[in-house]
Amino acid sequence: MDTKVRIRVIVIAAVIVLCFLGVICYPHGEEEIVGFPTSFQRMKENVRERIRLGLDLKGGTHLVLQVQVEDAVNITNDLTRERLQDEMRAKSIAFADVQKGDSTHILIKGIPQEKSTELQSLASEQFPDWDLSRVTGDPTARQVALRASAAAGIRNQALLQAMNTIRNRIDQLGVTEPTITEYGRGDYMLVVQLPSVDDPSRVKDIIQNTAMLTLKIVQDGPYATRDAALAAHGGVLPPDTELLPGKRESANESSGGEAWYLINRIAAVTGRDLRDAQPRPDENGRPSVNFTLTRDGAVRFGRVTGQNIGKQLAIILDNRVFSAPTIQGQITDNGRITGSFTQQQASDLALVLRSGALPASIKYLEERTVGPSLGADSIRHGVVASIVGLVAVMAFMLVYYRGSGINANLALVLNLLILVAGLAYFGAVLTLPGIAGVILTVGMGVDSNVLIFERIREELRLGKTVGSAVSGGFEHAFHTIIDTHVTTIVSALILFTFGTGPIRGFAVTLTIGLLANLFTSVFVSRVIFDYVLTRREKGAELSI
Amino acid sequence: MEFFHEPKIDWMGKKWYFIGLTMVLLVAGMVSIALRRGLTYGIDFRGGTLVYVKFTKAPDLDAIRGQLRRENLGEATIQRFGGAQENEVIIGLDLGATASSNALDAGKRAIVMALEGLFGAGPAGKVDFNNASPQTVAEHLVVADPLHLASKGSDEAMKAYRELAEALVNYRNSPPRSGLIGDLGELRSVAGATPAVLETLGKDFYLSSYAVRNTEIVGPKVGSDLRRQALYVTLAGLGAMLVYIWFRFELIYGVAAVIATFHDVLITIGIFSLLNKEISLTVIAALLTLVGYSMNDTIVVFDRIRENVRLNKRENFFDLVNRSINQTLSRTILTSGLTFLAVLSLYLFGGEVIHGFALTLVIGVIIGTYSSIAIASPILVFFYQRAGKTRMSEKPRILERETADARR
Repeated sequence: MDTKVRIRVIVIAAVIVLCFLGVICYPHGEEEIVGFPTSFQRMKENVRERIRLGLDLKGGTHLVLQVQVEDAVNITNDLTRERLQDEMRAKSIAFADVQKGDSTHILIKGIPQEKSTELQSLASEQFPDWDLSRVTGDPTARQVALRASAAAGIRNQALLQAMNTIRNRIDQLGVTEPTITEYGRGDYMLVVQLPSVDDPSRVKDIIQNTAMLTLKIVQDGPYATRDAALAAHGGVLPPDTELLPGKRESANESSGGEAWYLINRIAAVTGRDLRDAQPRPDENGRPSVNFTLTRDGAVRFGRVTGQNIGKQLAIILDNRVFSAPTIQGQITDNGRITGSFTQQQASDLALVLRSGALPASIKYLEERTVGPSLGADSIRHGVVASIVGLVAVMAFMLVYYRGSGINANLALVLNLLILVAGLAYFGAVLTLPGIAGVILTVGMGVDSNVLIFERIREELRLGKTVGSAVSGGFEHAFHTIIDTHVTTIVSALILFTFGTGPIRGFAVTLTIGLLANLFTSVFVSRVIFDYVLTRREKGAELSI
Repeated sequence: MEFFHEPKIDWMGKKWYFIGLTMVLLVAGMVSIALRRGLTYGIDFRGGTLVYVKFTKAPDLDAIRGQLRRENLGEATIQRFGGAQENEVIIGLDLGATASSNALDAGKRAIVMALEGLFGAGPAGKVDFNNASPQTVAEHLVVADPLHLASKGSDEAMKAYRELAEALVNYRNSPPRSGLIGDLGELRSVAGATPAVLETLGKDFYLSSYAVRNTEIVGPKVGSDLRRQALYVTLAGLGAMLVYIWFRFELIYGVAAVIATFHDVLITIGIFSLLNKEISLTVIAALLTLVGYSMNDTIVVFDRIRENVRLNKRENFFDLVNRSINQTLSRTILTSGLTFLAVLSLYLFGGEVIHGFALTLVIGVIIGTYSSIAIASPILVFFYQRAGKTRMSEKPRILERETADARR
């Protein structure tokens, strides 16, 4: 064999070996670097690990949710209003009222003229994210507006924090290989993919649970209605208190109904002070949640419980009083939340408390669940269609181009091998449209060979020798092959940028397939031709 | 073997026939869209709820409809899905039906409750095996311990039972059972399913006659976002192609190619409307692929035209285009034919899920090939004829480029 041809054959052989290794080797654990399979069973497992299947082939749930980031801005507004009032009182700046405008605006009323400059300096020193301005038509009123950049910062922070908290919760649930990514442009949406989860309701509830835990002292209660509670205090809430609803706490478990409590506004302990939460049976053996506090939290908790023995401590989840046990003695670093939980509910609540509160609420926008049986069916259909398509195309090439048809078919098989190996090496996900992409690669890939062969036939018809006809064919066809592949790859790239899951799988498969095709149809086919030409006798016809 | 031995067909002469045929197809498509008041959008764009259910035997659609009406889901649509022996049904709810509820999956829950009411309810205390997850099965096996594995330690037992549960559920899910088994005895062929295991299953599980295979719920915001995006993406695709061909050839070539491809997209959508097929997200993906593919084809012909122009500057453009098409005819028909074979296989054997995608490509491959000959090339000829120049040597811009090339 000619040296040039020999080198090229070795290159091709190396590529084939690399492809095989890429698909059937998978390192398990740290000792293995390559992970060559030791048995047929192991090889099948390796292939299954290498070729990642999309949700539409494996089964699983795909969720699109939107983080309601305005919630976080509203919370900042609430906190700022409180601080503003405290600061103004501390500096003896009289005011009539501090109201909330919309999420980014606060309205202060009744500022006396002489305190104007003091208020201005207070605002610029203590509240740098807010802009103070006058209100037209009311000389004693001021408007405080949140800076756009600060607001954007809060919103983005809320999104990131939500993403992390959700990831935390899903990890704790033990879902294999979930993915959580941002979705769309600028609408604070997330995509969550949960493979093999075919009943998403429990996961959705866990993700959605805002889980804001606060512990506050109960001043008074329980009252049957909100009005009754207000009436008991002359229609006006005492300073620094709020009214919150909860379930009626009674010795008899079964009696339900609402109960309203008058609660201290300032929390003794919040979710941020939690170190851990675990589901444990309570003293009656019923499921409950035990929580432990951080050191700072424990100190604060100890102080508050020590000062309020005999009063009730409200355990508040998401602004509803969950339970309000009486404080029997000073408690420092742990506590218990009891209620009519099932084991599952206690476990889920503990999980959600451990992962931290969500900074904003979650709204679900899209939910797709593919059952595993449908996934298995799709795989089977895809494989059958691929094989039929492949066989049909290969048969045609043999009949139409005779000997050269074998050339094209060899190149095609290598093309598919490189495609599959490419998917494994890049860790790309194979979806059902991805399998369609494989079939399309088969159809369009053999296109390149047809271009070349038709050109060779033309050159032969013009009377050129076999050698120069083959060279001429490859030369002339090369530019057209590049052009056609580029246009399709550009389409695929656009699809990849704008598409989601299954469509991305299609774009990736088609692109890798066409790039591999450039190699197989131009380089490999040429090598096979060269090899055949060196073997044949002078003057013999080329089987094409 | 050769199909086309040196064809000499007068393509450009027949251009009025082509335009006529195109007009007929376009008008038919537009009329169909008008009559149906717009395109039939799939759930991706419309929003709503779809639940795919498989039954052990042919379902009584009227009974299902009656039950749904009882659950206040009277506007639900039910249609058969897949082959006759598959016993599959899609139950659909429009966005409007669940608008009152805040929860996205209110519709799905209602449908599932209706199904449970009609088909699912089993003896109290038992779990439906046909809709159980591997975890549920494993939990029951661990508690009952039919293989007496508790002695080996609870971790070992858990692992073993989890593997067994997965094997059982996989068996149920794989074709031809595809998610439903009629009798627990069918599980006998699973490795590790001893009679004791089967007895446990029989005690703790019953078999409903249906299984939910797939659910899709798309909220209103996502639906409308996607509609807008799909339009932009298609326009972006066409724009990118225009730029590329402008770069490789000349502006008029680019315009001709884009018009031809746009025509392909319109006709494909028209045929979809005629056949009353849904336009889903994967169909849009296929349309974009079609844009790329149609360009492919057009480029091959344009390449040959450009080569011939370079070789024969004095030739009448009309004849030159004809000759170019004839020269590339063999190759054009062949590659389209081969791609057609491949996507036809996908259409016939690929299953229901990929059906819309495959149909788009099947139509698109044929129309794409047709448009390179029948639309793109005549546009080129029209342009040069209107410019009053029938000989390429009279076109100054081409001549400059040619002499520049010759100088190099």
